Amino acid sequence: MVVDVNRYVCGYCGACVSVCPVDALELVETWLEVHECCTECGACVRVCPVGALEVRA
Amino acid sequence: MSESYDVVVVGAGPAGSIAARAAAREGARVLLIEKRQTIGDPVRCAEGIAKEAVHRHIDPDPRWIAAEVEGFRIVSPDGTPLEMRGVSSGEVGYVLERKLFDRALASDAVQHGVDVRVKTRAVGLLRSDGAVRGVVMEHLGERHEVEAGVVIGADGIESKVGRWAGIDTRLALKDIDVCAQMLVHDPSIDQSICQFYLGNEVAPGGYAWIFPKGNECANVGLGMLGSRSNGGLPMQRLRRFVSERLPKANILEVMVGGVPVSEPMHGIVADGLMLVGDAAHQSSALTGGGIANAMDAGAIAGRVAAAAIADEDTSRERLSEYEREWFELKGKSLKRDWVVKERLVKLTDEQLNGFMHSLQGVEFREMHVHEILVHLLKRNPKLLWWLKDLL
Ligand SMILES: Cc1cc2nc3c(=O)[nH]c(=O)nc-3n(C[C@H](O)[C@H](O)[C@H](O)COP(=O)(O)OP(=O)(O)OC[C@H]3O[C@@H](n4cnc5c(N)ncnc54)[C@H](O)[C@@H]3O)c2cc1C
Ligand code: SF4
Ligand code: SF4
Repeated sequence: MVVDVNRYVCGYCGACVSVCPVDALELVETWLEVHECCTECGACVRVCPVGALEVRA
Repeated sequence: MSESYDVVVVGAGPAGSIAARAAAREGARVLLIEKRQTIGDPVRCAEGIAKEAVHRHIDPDPRWIAAEVEGFRIVSPDGTPLEMRGVSSGEVGYVLERKLFDRALASDAVQHGVDVRVKTRAVGLLRSDGAVRGVVMEHLGERHEVEAGVVIGADGIESKVGRWAGIDTRLALKDIDVCAQMLVHDPSIDQSICQFYLGNEVAPGGYAWIFPKGNECANVGLGMLGSRSNGGLPMQRLRRFVSERLPKANILEVMVGGVPVSEPMHGIVADGLMLVGDAAHQSSALTGGGIANAMDAGAIAGRVAAAAIADEDTSRERLSEYEREWFELKGKSLKRDWVVKERLVKLTDEQLNGFMHSLQGVEFREMHVHEILVHLLKRNPKLLWWLKDLL
C-alpha cells in the first residue's frame, strides 16, 4: 500500500476512486480502501478536495 | 442458496431509484441495493434543480423542497452581476433537501414493488459467456450472489459496475470537477436567487455557488477542474470564499465531492448491463447539474430493461435502445454543454469580464444556456467563429 489515507480528514466522497487508473481504490461507506496494485501515479492525491491522500515517500 | 431477480440495480441515488421504479412499473421483479446504511446521506450535491425536471418524475412535496428560487445571478470575476429573475427556468427552481428527496424516491420505488437492501455493496458481477448474469454483493461482511436478467449500474461517481463489465468509466483529471461545500447560516444571504461566481481566482475552470436553503441557510460551495486542482485546494478556496464574502456565517455542515464533466459517454450498455447517472457521466459538463439527467436516464433504462426481460433478449443490441433514446433526448444539449465548458475554461478573467459586461441590460426570457449564447452572439458579432457551431 503506497497511498496513505488520513482518515481524520477524508470526507468519503469517491472523487479519488473515479480517477484511479488501476482500480486500486474502493470506498466502503466511509472507509477508503487502498489495494496493493497502486502504481503511485498521484492522480487521487491531486483530486482529493480536502487533501486527505498522500503518496508515501 | 442463490437468489434471482429480473433486474438488480446497484446504487440508490436518483438514477437508481427511478430506474428501479420504472422497471417494476413494467412488471419486472426488481432488487435495488445501496452500500450506505442510510439512503441519501451524506449528500454530495448543491441540490438545485429545475421544477419541471422534478415534476416529470415525482409529485412535489414540501418535506423535501428546501427553497424555491425565482432566478439566478452570475457574478463575473470583477464582481459585475448578471441577474435573471421571474423568467421560465431551464436550470434552477427548487433547492432540494436531498437526504429526504433521495429517500422519497427510494420509498416510491418500494411502493411500486421494488425490494431494497441497504448496507449492501456490490463487489463484483456474475458472468457467463461474456454476458453479465448477476451481482456479487456483501452485506455485514457476508458475500452472496444474486442472479439477474439485467444489471443496472447506478453507482455514482465512484462507479465500479461498468469497469467490471469492461466499460471504461475512469475520469481523466480534466474531466472531473472537484468540489467542497458548506451549509451555512447567515441572515444576509439573498434567499430568492441562486448565485454563481466565476473566475480563475475564485475557482479555476469551475465556479463557486450560493444556493438558498430557507431558514436563513444556504449551500455555499465551489468546484474546480481536477487538472487545475491539487490536494486540498477546493476546501482551501472555499474557506477563503466564505471568510471574504460571508464572514459572519456559521457553518452547519461540510461536504466534498466530484462531478463528471467529460464529453458525453457512449457505449454505456453491455450484454446484460446498463449504466445510468453519474456512473455513465450523464451530468452537464457546463453546470455540473446531474440530478435531472440521472432521473431521465433512469426512467428510460428501467423501462427498456423490463421490456428486454419480457422479450427474453437482454443482449447489448437489445439494451442499446436505452442508449439511443437517451442520446435522442439529451445528446445534443450534453454535447453543447461540454463544448461550451471546454471553451470557457480557457478564458482569462479579462475575457470573462468582457463577455459578462456585454450582456448587461439584456432582457432574458428564459434561464437557459442556449438563450445566454444567443445574446452573447448578438452583443459580440465577432464571436461568430467561437459560437456558431453551438447555436
Ligand atoms: C458538490 C456537488 C454539487 C452538485 N450540485 C448539483 C446541483 O446543484 N444540481 C444537480 O442537478 N446536480 C448537482 N450535482 C451532481 C449530482 O449530485 C449528481 O449528478 C447526482 O447525484 C447523480 O445521481 P446518481 O444517482 O447517478 O448518483 P449518486 O447520487 O451518487 O448515487 C449513487 C449511489 O450508489 C451507491 N453506490 C456506489 N457504489 C456502490 C456499490 N458498489 N454497491 C452499492 N451501492 C453503491 C452510492 O453510495 C450512492 O448512494 C452536484 C455534485 C456535487 C459533488
Ligand atoms: S496513486 Fe494512482 S494508482 Fe495509486 S491509488 Fe492513487 S490514483 Fe490509484
Ligand atoms: S477524494 Fe479525498 S475526501 Fe474524497 S474519498 Fe478520496 S480521500 Fe476521501
